[in-house]
Amino acid sequence: MSLTAKDKDTVKGFWAKMSGKAEDIGTDALSRMLVVYPQTKTYFSHWKDLSPGSAPVKKHGKTVMNGVADAVSKIDDLTGGLLTLSELHAFTLRVDPANFKILAHNMLVVMAIMFPVDFTPEVHVAMDKFLGALARALSEKYR
Amino acid sequence: MVEWSEQERTIITSIFASLDYEDIGPKALSRCLIVYPWTQRYFGAFGNLYNAEAIKTNPNIAAHGIKVLHGLDRAVKNMDNIKATYAELSVLHSEKLHVDPDNFKLLSDCLTIVIAAKMGSSFTPEIQATWQKFLAVVVSALGRQYH
Repeated sequence: MSLTAKDKDTVKGFWAKMSGKAEDIGTDALSRMLVVYPQTKTYFSHWKDLSPGSAPVKKHGKTVMNGVADAVSKIDDLTGGLLTLSELHAFTLRVDPANFKILAHNMLVVMAIMFPVDFTPEVHVAMDKFLGALARALSEKYR
Repeated sequence: MVEWSEQERTIITSIFASLDYEDIGPKALSRCLIVYPWTQRYFGAFGNLYNAEAIKTNPNIAAHGIKVLHGLDRAVKNMDNIKATYAELSVLHSEKLHVDPDNFKLLSDCLTIVIAAKMGSSFTPEIQATWQKFLAVVVSALGRQYH
């Protein structure tokens, strides 16, 4: 299920619309993930406040979306482009890769909320494929 | 047995009370067929599914989407016994329709996205959690009688 040229164009086009709200999207997606999938809180036991929209959640949402922006710019070679990030997730963070899917789902929910008209089924499938490819690239160095 | 708080019950009944089945049903099912194209395998007799536009305007898919959404009404009315309520439907999906139960989650994710788009920011994280809990129980019940 690799990204076609059309998928890449769709992703870049929708990202251009989204990027202005990237921080809000990141904050909201992370907030939802922590509430809807409480098991994900286990990765953030060092945070003082895990409630929706809290300072650590905002900060981390921005970090994550910067990573997504980076991935969009490297969409033609995600595995190569995200090597360092993969090593970080594999050796330092050791996030179970199942969680990438969970965060991706919440990003899609936020996209639907913020862009109810633009987030068409066609955009949805391209973004879902892209986030899946991103997750695979992040898992590359795990084992 | 699944425990539901008063707040969770209110959230679910309230979402369904204001649900436009004719709008949401077709949107959810057509989105599922577009985002997860392998789900089209169950709809060979429904006519033209060649591209997203065809799927979105296919009247058979629209009618079926409405039917499936109304199928959730039973769970809303019997929240304390969803497993038993769906035993028969589970057998149907397994023995007659031969639907891979993994597909239930795919449709349920698309339904969540369509509801989120409709409700906008009033689809808060808490409401999302309750909604997804409800759908997870339904999905589990529908897969229960497979063997």
